[in-house]
Amino acid sequence: MTTNPAVVFRPTLSPRRIAAYAAPIVLVLAVLPQLISPYQTQLLTYGLIFAIAALGFNLLLGYTGLLSFGHSAYFGLGAYSAAFMVRYLGVGSMELFIVGGVLLTAAVSALFGYICVRHTRIFFAILALALSQVLWTLAYKFFWVTGGTDGIRVAFAKMTLLGGAISFTGAGAYEKFVSSYYYYVLFLFAVCTVLMWVIVHSPFGKALQAIRDNETRAQFVGVQITRYRWVAFLISGTFTGLAGILWVPLNGLVTPDILYWPFSGEIVFMAVLGGFRNFTGPIVGAVVFNYLKAYAVASTQYWQFLLGFVLVVLVLVLPTGIVGAGSKLMEKLRGKDKAGAEEAAR
Amino acid sequence: MDIFIIQFLNSVFYASILFLIAAGLSLIYGVMQIVNMAHGSFYALGAYVTAWAIGTAAAGAPVPLLFVLLPVGAVAVAIVGAIVEPTLLRPLYNRPEEYQLLITFGLLLILEDVMHFTFGGVPLTAGAIMDASGTFPVMALRYPVYNLIVIVIGIIAAIGLWAFIYRTKFGVILRATSQNRRMASALGLNVKQVYILAFAIGCFMAGLGGAIVVPSQAAQLGIGVDALILAFVVVVIGGLGSLEGALVGALLVSFVRTAGIQFFPEIELAVLYLIAAAVLLIRPTGLFGKTT
Repeated sequence: MTTNPAVVFRPTLSPRRIAAYAAPIVLVLAVLPQLISPYQTQLLTYGLIFAIAALGFNLLLGYTGLLSFGHSAYFGLGAYSAAFMVRYLGVGSMELFIVGGVLLTAAVSALFGYICVRHTRIFFAILALALSQVLWTLAYKFFWVTGGTDGIRVAFAKMTLLGGAISFTGAGAYEKFVSSYYYYVLFLFAVCTVLMWVIVHSPFGKALQAIRDNETRAQFVGVQITRYRWVAFLISGTFTGLAGILWVPLNGLVTPDILYWPFSGEIVFMAVLGGFRNFTGPIVGAVVFNYLKAYAVASTQYWQFLLGFVLVVLVLVLPTGIVGAGSKLMEKLRGKDKAGAEEAAR
Repeated sequence: MDIFIIQFLNSVFYASILFLIAAGLSLIYGVMQIVNMAHGSFYALGAYVTAWAIGTAAAGAPVPLLFVLLPVGAVAVAIVGAIVEPTLLRPLYNRPEEYQLLITFGLLLILEDVMHFTFGGVPLTAGAIMDASGTFPVMALRYPVYNLIVIVIGIIAAIGLWAFIYRTKFGVILRATSQNRRMASALGLNVKQVYILAFAIGCFMAGLGGAIVVPSQAAQLGIGVDALILAFVVVVIGGLGSLEGALVGALLVSFVRTAGIQFFPEIELAVLYLIAAAVLLIRPTGLFGKTT
């Protein structure tokens, strides 16, 4: 029998050990803005937002085995719904953006997902892509509604957080926005991560993994594969949509570019960069990708080449991504330690 | 009436280009089961190389020579394809197909910037051919002769490719390999060579599409990304891996698009994507795809 090296049985960590791993990371993330410049804080905020999107995306790729090349649709929908609320309803409350945007992206992902999950593999990817491009052309062509390629501006000065408790006017408003928005995003990121962890370790998540590993067997033991895939699609799209909503005030501008399919490619890139067979892979991948892109764009006009090169090398040499390669390295080191200790004992 | 004739000719012109791109995409998928996301970039590369050859390198040369130079872009793209297949794609045939999508997406990013670096950010044209070909009257209006030449090239390419796949020995080998790679290999066929050739021919088609479009439209950044999506729509409607499907899909997409630009410009592209989605839903293998 052949075993797929990408699928390794690993016992679930106990809650106490997870807390032991997560606590220092959360602590560092909480202290970091005090130490770094506002620009760096902003970059990190972008990274965390993309991490939410990649987490959502990976529920489909990593846990259900469906590669969506259309997740720009849900990111863009979240973003545009927030922008529309500013432009047409005069709403400035972030919480209202989240409620409205999440409801909208959930509804559209339910619809698109219902269509897409009838297929798998290449056809799924292309169908998801085709549907996302419908939204892109609408945003692009109905310029009197969406602003066309000029997009819609969303000024942070008109925004409020926590139901109006925090607003950004007067002197030093920008610094105040960057730092408080960072904590706002960090909190939601933590919530999303815990939520996704619970989802993939629930019976529902296990069923998705069963579908991924063997569709026929999963069906045989009574998993309704189409419905499970549909629900996974719905959750996945909604997470990505939330990321889109959070992205708007930080970016200050929404353009059709975030609905165009190369942006879907970037989301895929993040998951692959971190390693989509790991829970933490997409998170690491999104943060690293964000830094990679920011510095590549800043240092050369040929940043696409750099990203493409990294992607090609990843696929050829490091298919398990940063986290996968890292954990393999750790295992090897630990194995050596054990062997060394045994030898010393002898 | 004259508007109608001109729009009809425009549709067929557009269909010829789309067919060349989509047929290459379909051929590569049919033989190797790879959806080549860099295919649009190959089309753009063909356009750039030909535009550079005609517009810059051989500017001012006699017109017949320019016509001879037209296929340069296609040949260049075929060579690139013959290099890409063994180096980037071959290591991935035993891996899940997601990785093949990813590597061609990486290739797309690389090619876009290589073209940007090599040819600069300014659009390149090969208008000399267009100007030299002149126009002919369509009732009260005039229509460029060159567009007719493109239509003729499209028809020749369609017949040529069909004859190549269904009437030559290599075509038999190609079809045998696409049906069962391991069996073909066991029968002593050099599958590696077949794959290189198939990929190079697919790239050649895309490059040819770019090469013949460039006298009438400039080669500029981003044309590849747009072309890829339209080619996807064509092959999804016609059926991935089917040559007839690519032809019918290209005609359908072109006519819908021309009608769309005339009558419903806002949703012209959205309608195309919705048609593709509808076809995938009702007949996943496309209008001409084999049902397995």
